[in-house]
Amino acid sequence: MNRINQKLEENKKLLSIYFTAGYPSVNDTVSILKELEKSGVDMVEIGLPFSDPLADGPTIQESSTLALKNGMTTDLLFEQLKDIRESVSIPLIIMGYFNPMMQYGVDKFCQKCAEIGIDGLIIPDLPVDVYHDQFQAIFEKHGLINVFLITPQTSEERIRFIDSISSGFIYMVSSASTTGAKNTFGEDQSSYFEKIAAMNLKNPQIVGFGISNAETFNQATKKAKGAIIGSAFIKYISANPPEKISDFVEGIRS
Amino acid sequence: MKTYHADEKGYYGKFGGAYIPEMLYPNVEELRQRYLTIMNEASFKDEFDQLLRDYVGRPSPLYYAKRLSEKYNSRIYLKREDLNHTGAHKVNNTIGQILMAKRLGKKRIIAETGAGQHGVATATVCALAGIECIVYMGEIDIKRQAPNVARMKMLGAKVVPATSGSKTLKDATNEAIRDWINNPIDTHYIIGSVVGPHPYPDMVARFQSVISEEIKWQLKEKEGKEDPDYVIACVGGGSNAAGAFYHFLDNEKVGLIAVEAAGKGIHSGESAATSVLGNDGIIHGSRTLLMQTEDGQITEPYSISAGLDYPGVGPLHAHLYESKRAEFISITDDEAMTSGLELCQLEGIIPAIESSHALAALQQKEFGADDIVVINLSGRGDKDLNTYIDYFKL
Repeated sequence: MNRINQKLEENKKLLSIYFTAGYPSVNDTVSILKELEKSGVDMVEIGLPFSDPLADGPTIQESSTLALKNGMTTDLLFEQLKDIRESVSIPLIIMGYFNPMMQYGVDKFCQKCAEIGIDGLIIPDLPVDVYHDQFQAIFEKHGLINVFLITPQTSEERIRFIDSISSGFIYMVSSASTTGAKNTFGEDQSSYFEKIAAMNLKNPQIVGFGISNAETFNQATKKAKGAIIGSAFIKYISANPPEKISDFVEGIRS
Repeated sequence: MKTYHADEKGYYGKFGGAYIPEMLYPNVEELRQRYLTIMNEASFKDEFDQLLRDYVGRPSPLYYAKRLSEKYNSRIYLKREDLNHTGAHKVNNTIGQILMAKRLGKKRIIAETGAGQHGVATATVCALAGIECIVYMGEIDIKRQAPNVARMKMLGAKVVPATSGSKTLKDATNEAIRDWINNPIDTHYIIGSVVGPHPYPDMVARFQSVISEEIKWQLKEKEGKEDPDYVIACVGGGSNAAGAFYHFLDNEKVGLIAVEAAGKGIHSGESAATSVLGNDGIIHGSRTLLMQTEDGQITEPYSISAGLDYPGVGPLHAHLYESKRAEFISITDDEAMTSGLELCQLEGIIPAIESSHALAALQQKEFGADDIVVINLSGRGDKDLNTYIDYFKL
């Protein structure tokens, strides 16, 4: 069974953390992953940096630009991760834009992920219909879970379609925004979270975008299975060494 | 019949489509479902035609360039898009899209701009329609193109600097897309070229197709036949070329020549010749040819002409290149500047440097004495005066 599915069966609210590979320093990837696991994080999204991250706000954009400047590449990330399963056992997802994967070769990229022990991918600009028509077979051959996004504007019909194609969890974007844009949740979010919960989808939902602290984490996971923190974590590691990651995680879990 | 137009999913061969984050899907899907219906409404057509005629000043003349023809021993016509209101072909598209936005009930317009021409054309139609306008422009371009920034401000637009990435056109486009993600209900994004996710490449090409529609009847009047032997246009993203080629795409007797900017030389490291230097990938929601590193990171192009330094081409052009339907040539900064000055001296017309690239095709290609060659003069050179002054030490 895929590690993501196993994790989703645990009877707890899941905390997932996103960070950009190659940031703050190019060789931080493995130490950040180890610290995240040690701190009790349930799942990690490793960001493969891209020059033009359309769906991301300033924090992740900047970390991507710096990671590329630091020399991060697809090959280097795979090289850094090659022995990761000797030390890290939580589910690992690579999150990145489609163009770098396309240039690497989608089949080769998926094969490499499978060899390393990556469990899934999140590719914001690979739409569900294109995936379904062209790439689903490749992902499934390599045992990778592809995670799709829904937003407050996604129609019920489309959410049902996405649910039918998904085999792990649904990434529920909390509001119409790029990453890191909002810091609080209002009534709009609450009613959206409730609406989705009432749909009884076959895949659990994990909320992302706008989660930065214990309060927003608790709000987001009242109905959903878990939540993802990205920009707030990146800001934290810009100012703190990897050894201090446990302080950040404790702050969220409190 | 073989066609070079987009299919219903927005593919030109393997290029095109809509590679967009889910956050953009409702906006793009609304437009996709409605653009053709709206464009085919009689009231839309009437309003569009009336504004192109009375406000833009169409039809733009098809001018037989006698002295240029003598020099190059061919029958050369210039399609005078430079005489349009706001000085370039860009306004054909912004007029169409502002009418589209009104029918979609949108209250707020966003746009990206490089040199500022599309920004000015968008600010113009927003003033005309009384709709709020926000233009994203790279921080570096804002410094380079101060007169156009001032024009946009006079027209009531808010100009927002794009400070991410390389701080130029591609980043301004990213910022506009991010704005659209953050404003999914009331905002329409007026893209300035035949780029972006479907339906933009097809919609923008249709709005610009008035150029080739006019060429056909104008040539009929002047030459007794609708079809030229060649149509030449410059390609950055490719909207003026798409408009000039549009009604000739499926008539393979008409030679299409697309002119890209070679900058300081194709292999100088400072170039925008995407068909030569680019390869298959995804940029701004479209699968097309783009300039990128081996690792799939999008690179920054260069041309002396700000309107041509985009790291991709529209998917239509990628398909015309791969299928060999169009011939792609590249023109250096120096060749373009020489041809620009030549047009001033032979015909009394100061062209935009973008259009000078199309004119420079005459230096590279030889045409027959009886060949009818239409060159799309996409814009006027007023905006480029400083570049001309610096280059020629005027």
